[in-house]
Amino acid sequence: LSATPETPKEDGRPKWDNKFQYILSCIGFAVGLGNVWRFPYLCQIHGGGAFLIPYFIALVFEGIPLLHLELALGQCLRKGSIGAWNTISPYLGGIGVGSWMVSILVSLFYNTVLTWVMWYFINSFQEPLPWSVCPLNENRTGFNEECYESTAVNYFWYRKTLNITPDIAESGTFQWWLILCLAACWAIVYLCTIRGIETTGKAIYVTAIFPYLVLTIFLIQGLTLPGATEGLIYLFTPKLNTLKNPRVWLDAATQIFFSLSLAFGGLIAFASYNPEKNDCEKDAVTVAIVNSMTSLYASIPVFSVLGFKATTAYWDCLDRNIIHIINEFDLPEESIMRQNYTSWISFLNSSYPEKIAGLKLKSCDLQEFLDQSVSGTGLAFIVFTQAIILMPGSQAWAILFFIMLFSLGLSSMFGNIEGVFTPLLELQILPKSAPKELLSGIICLISFLIALCFTLGSGSYWIDIFDRYAASVPLLVIAFFEVIGVVYIYKIKRFSEDVEWMTGRKLSLFWQITWRFISPLLLLIVFMAFVTLQMQKPPSYTAWNPKYEGFPMKEEKVYPPWVQAICVLLAALPCVCVPLVALFHLVKQKRRSKEPSLVPPEVSFCQGANS
Amino acid sequence: YAWDANEEYLFKAMVAFAMRRYSSKSTTQISNVLLCNVTDRVSFWFVVTDSSKNVTTVPGSEVEAAIRMNRNRINNAFLLSDKTLQFLKITSTLSPPVEPSTPVWLIVFGVVLCLIVAGIVFLIVSGIQKHKKKKESTERENLEEKVEVTLENGIPCEALDLKAGHINGVFAADDDRFTSL
Repeated sequence: LSATPETPKEDGRPKWDNKFQYILSCIGFAVGLGNVWRFPYLCQIHGGGAFLIPYFIALVFEGIPLLHLELALGQCLRKGSIGAWNTISPYLGGIGVGSWMVSILVSLFYNTVLTWVMWYFINSFQEPLPWSVCPLNENRTGFNEECYESTAVNYFWYRKTLNITPDIAESGTFQWWLILCLAACWAIVYLCTIRGIETTGKAIYVTAIFPYLVLTIFLIQGLTLPGATEGLIYLFTPKLNTLKNPRVWLDAATQIFFSLSLAFGGLIAFASYNPEKNDCEKDAVTVAIVNSMTSLYASIPVFSVLGFKATTAYWDCLDRNIIHIINEFDLPEESIMRQNYTSWISFLNSSYPEKIAGLKLKSCDLQEFLDQSVSGTGLAFIVFTQAIILMPGSQAWAILFFIMLFSLGLSSMFGNIEGVFTPLLELQILPKSAPKELLSGIICLISFLIALCFTLGSGSYWIDIFDRYAASVPLLVIAFFEVIGVVYIYKIKRFSEDVEWMTGRKLSLFWQITWRFISPLLLLIVFMAFVTLQMQKPPSYTAWNPKYEGFPMKEEKVYPPWVQAICVLLAALPCVCVPLVALFHLVKQKRRSKEPSLVPPEVSFCQGANS
Repeated sequence: YAWDANEEYLFKAMVAFAMRRYSSKSTTQISNVLLCNVTDRVSFWFVVTDSSKNVTTVPGSEVEAAIRMNRNRINNAFLLSDKTLQFLKITSTLSPPVEPSTPVWLIVFGVVLCLIVAGIVFLIVSGIQKHKKKKESTERENLEEKVEVTLENGIPCEALDLKAGHINGVFAADDDRFTSL
């Protein structure tokens, strides 16, 4: 009994239903919340259209080569991250373990962000929206003080949602509503990843395509709002002299790197379910370009809405000033309009300067309102929610917006969970008879229990820490070792033959140059610059403290030493796996008194052999 | 609408009405309400006199209380709101927002959670069923393989069985050649 050579190897490995599912999964993984709330912010603060120049340079020389490398690696070795690196060389197994750890850490905090999105979603079914009005205080004479001094939107976010403590050292209590939403989110993740790619492959059709529909709807709606054009002009006007600031180039490189979700191990896992003869080069270019185009496409509605919000705030400021002037001078109603406000002001200032000065009018400047740039959770939960209140039919817009954010985040979660699930499946933690559903259930349950820490009062401070330290430096380090490992240890000659065998055409010179020199060099520079910038000042955070004098400004505080130690631990733990595992194997080989051979034998792991 | 003498008359009437309701005296007349300093902004001062007590003005706190009690009616008479018809020194008591007995978000959350749990149960049950079916089919496959193996050994078993029952004609036919004892 022997299988004929033409039949594909029946190794029982699950595979994608079709190529489209695979591409969609990779795109869904890459396109996440960062495309909506980080890229437009970076575009705005780094000179608008001019930012696209370093962005595309980083895309071509750093993003696409690294993406191609990961996809080719996964497809060739047909294993998850830990298995793949162990196959190349046991000394490099630490890279896989590092990726796996980062995937776990990121899954934990990313799903908590989705918890917040879900909380806002289920609160969007009320009329009026709960973040549009301030609650009354105890004796019903006025509004709640904290809410009155900041805004209703801020109050709902910091008090009603997070119930935030004024300091990271104060943990506060568990917020039961967040625990409920967290349980629901992990249940949804379990539902979609229950059988690995068999189930995520079906779910991805919805979660990856739906955000584009909603973005288009928001685009059309956003462009019809007043003030949208101001926002767009502000966003896209290129200010070329910002390119002289090296910070811009660093931000472009890091944005591309983190946006493509490299070094998580999830892409390797996705590619490992591919048939061997698949054009990974075209896939990589497709995914990277779609990701960048999505960022650009998303920034248009975001900035239309931000322009609308700035214009509305500007008009409100003008109106308030007008009411004060009319009340003071007893002028008839509608004598001063927004259009002739400036001429009236100059006339009144020249005739009655003391009265005008006594009114203490706030200067209303549209540019100032446009300059208030926010990124991250602030953009979604504070700025955007405020803009949604001003739109007609706000419930529908809120529901659409939060479902879109949820799908964006969920499709990225699939990639993260796959990066955790596939290596564990291959390591055969559970006996072979145990169903896959049990392993995914265990992963989701344990993650839920650990993520309960983020539902404490100080939870959002911890999420910031995880975001800044666990999901930044280790990824750069792991990606650097990935490139070095493949190019110099597995040897680029062997790898290019493998890629040729898979894609069916010769590896072009572009990939050779970028893989060998440009990408590792860029990664090294970015890593050094990143670490230097972080070390320049002691790590600090901004806390929401109602008792602070400058309230509603956030209070700048420094992390206590024990928190700083945790930050360092989070950043160092995945990185340190790489040398630790290599050392472990070195000691093992020395003990067996064999010659420690770093270079594995000259046989390709792709072509033909599936040992 | 423009503010003219008729509106002023209505205003006086509303204030008189408010005073009557508040103090339950029916003595306040429209002529007791005096407006002064009317400006184009449509802002003015007003006082309420008490005709029974020799043309003295009613204390401001009483007027304030009366207006506060009937604010809603006064607003509606002019089709205005607390924001557009402002009485200086009279802050409006805010109405509490309508709170349903169960918060709406809990209801939505319950719906979402039920859907998720139903989905998970469905997938797990279908997974168990698939697992059982696969086990049955692999057992059947194993039996079939055994049957095949016996066939593929070159000589079919049935043929062997048949041959075992045959008498070897060579030896049987030569019974006469053997020497009989």
